[in-house]
Amino acid sequence: MSLDAVSSSSRLGPMRTRPVWVQSLQRSLRTRQMQAGLVLTIAIVLLAIFGPLFAAHSDSAFVGIPFSAPSGSAPLGTDFLGRDVLSRVLDGGRSVVMLSLAATALGVALGVIVGLLAGYSRSVLDDLLMGASDIVLAFPQIVLVLLFVSILGPKLWLIVLVVALSHSPRVARLARSVTLELINREFVESAVLIGIPRRRILRQEILPNLTTPLLVEFGLRLTWSIGIIAGLSFLGYGIQPPNADWGLMINENRQGLTLQVWSVAAPILCVFLFTIGTNLMTEGLSRTLVGIDGRGGER
Amino acid sequence: MSVAEVTDLRVELTGTGAYVVDGINFSLEAGEVTALVGESGSGKTTIGMSMLGEARRGARIASGSIRIAGEDVVPAPREGLQGVRGRVVAYVPQDPAAALNPAMRVGAQISEALAAHGIGRSKTARAERVRELLTEVKLASDDDFLARYPHQLSGGQQQRVCMAIAISCEPRVLVLDEPTTGLDVTTQAHVLRTLSQLVNARGISALYVTHDLAVVANLAQRVMVLYSGRVVESGPRAAVFAHPAHPYTRRLLAAIPDVAMRRQLESIPGHAPSPSERLTGCSFRPRCKLSVPACEHGVPEPVELARDHLSRCVRAHELVDEPAELALAPPPATTSLSPTILAARDVDVHFGDRQVLHSASFELRVGECLALVGESGSGKTTLSRAVVGLTPSRTGEIRYRDHVLPSTNRNYPTAARQAIQYIFQSPYNALNPRRQVGAILGAALEHFFDVKGIEARKRIVGALERVALPARTTGMYPAQLSGGERQRVAIARALVCRPEILLCDEITSALDVSVQASIVSLLRELQREEHLSLLFVTHNIGLVRSIADRVMVMNQGRVVETGASQDVLDAPTEEYTRTLVADTPALRA
Repeated sequence: MSLDAVSSSSRLGPMRTRPVWVQSLQRSLRTRQMQAGLVLTIAIVLLAIFGPLFAAHSDSAFVGIPFSAPSGSAPLGTDFLGRDVLSRVLDGGRSVVMLSLAATALGVALGVIVGLLAGYSRSVLDDLLMGASDIVLAFPQIVLVLLFVSILGPKLWLIVLVVALSHSPRVARLARSVTLELINREFVESAVLIGIPRRRILRQEILPNLTTPLLVEFGLRLTWSIGIIAGLSFLGYGIQPPNADWGLMINENRQGLTLQVWSVAAPILCVFLFTIGTNLMTEGLSRTLVGIDGRGGER
Repeated sequence: MSVAEVTDLRVELTGTGAYVVDGINFSLEAGEVTALVGESGSGKTTIGMSMLGEARRGARIASGSIRIAGEDVVPAPREGLQGVRGRVVAYVPQDPAAALNPAMRVGAQISEALAAHGIGRSKTARAERVRELLTEVKLASDDDFLARYPHQLSGGQQQRVCMAIAISCEPRVLVLDEPTTGLDVTTQAHVLRTLSQLVNARGISALYVTHDLAVVANLAQRVMVLYSGRVVESGPRAAVFAHPAHPYTRRLLAAIPDVAMRRQLESIPGHAPSPSERLTGCSFRPRCKLSVPACEHGVPEPVELARDHLSRCVRAHELVDEPAELALAPPPATTSLSPTILAARDVDVHFGDRQVLHSASFELRVGECLALVGESGSGKTTLSRAVVGLTPSRTGEIRYRDHVLPSTNRNYPTAARQAIQYIFQSPYNALNPRRQVGAILGAALEHFFDVKGIEARKRIVGALERVALPARTTGMYPAQLSGGERQRVAIARALVCRPEILLCDEITSALDVSVQASIVSLLRELQREEHLSLLFVTHNIGLVRSIADRVMVMNQGRVVETGASQDVLDAPTEEYTRTLVADTPALRA
């Protein structure tokens, strides 16, 4: 028998067996947005994680008079109580970075589960899940989070949970729409026909097709998380004084803005660079995103 | 004096500079249809587009000239192409539904083209002209029709509207890009007849771009066969069909099913090279049984065999005198004594209030191939989906061996799920793009037989070998495979389940003819060696002749006629079947 497959080796070249989402990430590394975003994000994350090791002073030690200008012992000056701004910036990143990452991961996971179930069931469950999502969506994210945190108190786990909850409907919408597009594809029908159980169809046939859009969604949600969590601690619902935190520092020192600009500008700059970094990464990724059928790529 | 003259046309990719088409020379005569035939990727649409001075994104017209009716199209005239397009050359697209504006009434769309070229002084004058045009393409021209939207027209009517727009400014050349691909045979026959009349009446010259040699055989005066960006053979229709002088043309003719003859379809091994992987010398050389060392040296120059009959083959002179060998397929299996494996009785299917299947019945015997033929909307796919329980509501009885099958797939017995395997139409949608071939096959294997690891791998590789794919295919993603290879993977996925019945739903309609031939011969082989029974759903009557033992003709949700394929196709008893067979273009008139 003759074949149309015999000479395919020349065309296929070396085997590519990496999953598509890895290929997407690799391709995005060639974009300038991804490169810049990655540098910024890694820099801030490293600063937040390892910063405390390099802090010259304790975050509650008084090193000079309040709002004194930068000097040898306090390179970025002192804050409203006379503590070292640089040491507090180095100490105060961990919570923002960790909380926003945790909240985003949890929110995306929650959203994927809801979206997959809603999209695949096409029944009352879909209506219920999406209805519930719409209710959550009706509240501005920060209002929703403030509501819970102000009632139940500023506990860190609660912040993570509520921020995640406020993200999940947005992720669920995306996951649901991709699922809806996929379930009518013949490869899903084919799995249904031979009787593969629903849970395995969701995991093996549909979920792998969600990975690339979810990567982008993760980036977007992360940027939002940073803003919300920094905003919460600015409002006093995050890390409690005297511990250091970027959002908190902005609030504490704002009355001295004209006297000692660094006490406010330094934490603002950190939050700013972090959000810009994650946003650029997302942008780079979405530009090189591969569609469901493997088309797309460079845009 | 020819109407259009194409000289040394070369279109290349802007990135690499590799050519998409090269060394294209031809002329178009008034009142003639010239066919440009090629498989996907051969560059036929590229040539069609360049007749309008256009190249798709990522490509550019690098050199050559195109003159139509004394005006330059390529290189582009200084004052732009708007004046040339429409007035001198016009285009009829492949998909009329996508080409027409869905929010604009038919009459308005045609008169828009007139207004754009300043034809007709007033609105009423233009309206008058629109009516004339509609009459000319054999459409109604009353106010009711003019006020319709494209979605209120059938596919054939939409294509006629596109033709009316194309001829509205009285072009000298009409470029038609696969204009009947999406249409049923009867509609196709009508559209082609209208086209012939237009060409005759107006003295237009038409360039008809297609992959379907059978259509060409009934329509064109001249034929050009395109392979990998070059015209490998061209000449008057009779000469090319009766004395094909290029190995590719000969293989292509041998791959096409014919409504008039039970032909053994022969595939062409290998695949056409993409622009970046062409070898030196003749680009058909790696797939050619007749190649000689001389084929490696330089691109063969066209050899003139008779007046106007050219072939780019070093052995053209030997080939032209050798009669084309067309093997006949073995006679249909006589399975009338075999037991019935699958039977449907009085099956009705409703979609909401609409009944789409009216008491359809059939019997499939062990080891036979039953073809289900019909035009779109005939209910043939609905019936095949009803067999596997994929239709929302179904009444009547469907029986697999001793099992009476429930109406929805959810309650199917495992034995039936395993024995009846469905192969889908589109190889592009039937495989999960995010899973490797090995995992796709492994999922079915694990589900039915609970085998994993080495044993599973052995069976997967075995199934892939059965469909003639190498073992290393297991590590590939569907996107790395061609359409034909994907369809083979889909068949292999069915085979690992150890089926008894294959339900093939238009499985070759998305494939090139040479690939279709290889899939069909694979199916025949499986049918014979694995004693599979096939339910083969198709709209292609020629294919029925080549593959099916028995045939069942469907129309508007009803079974019209059933019988041995030879009997039904040679001596149809029903009027509908007669029309269907008559409208199917035959390779030889």
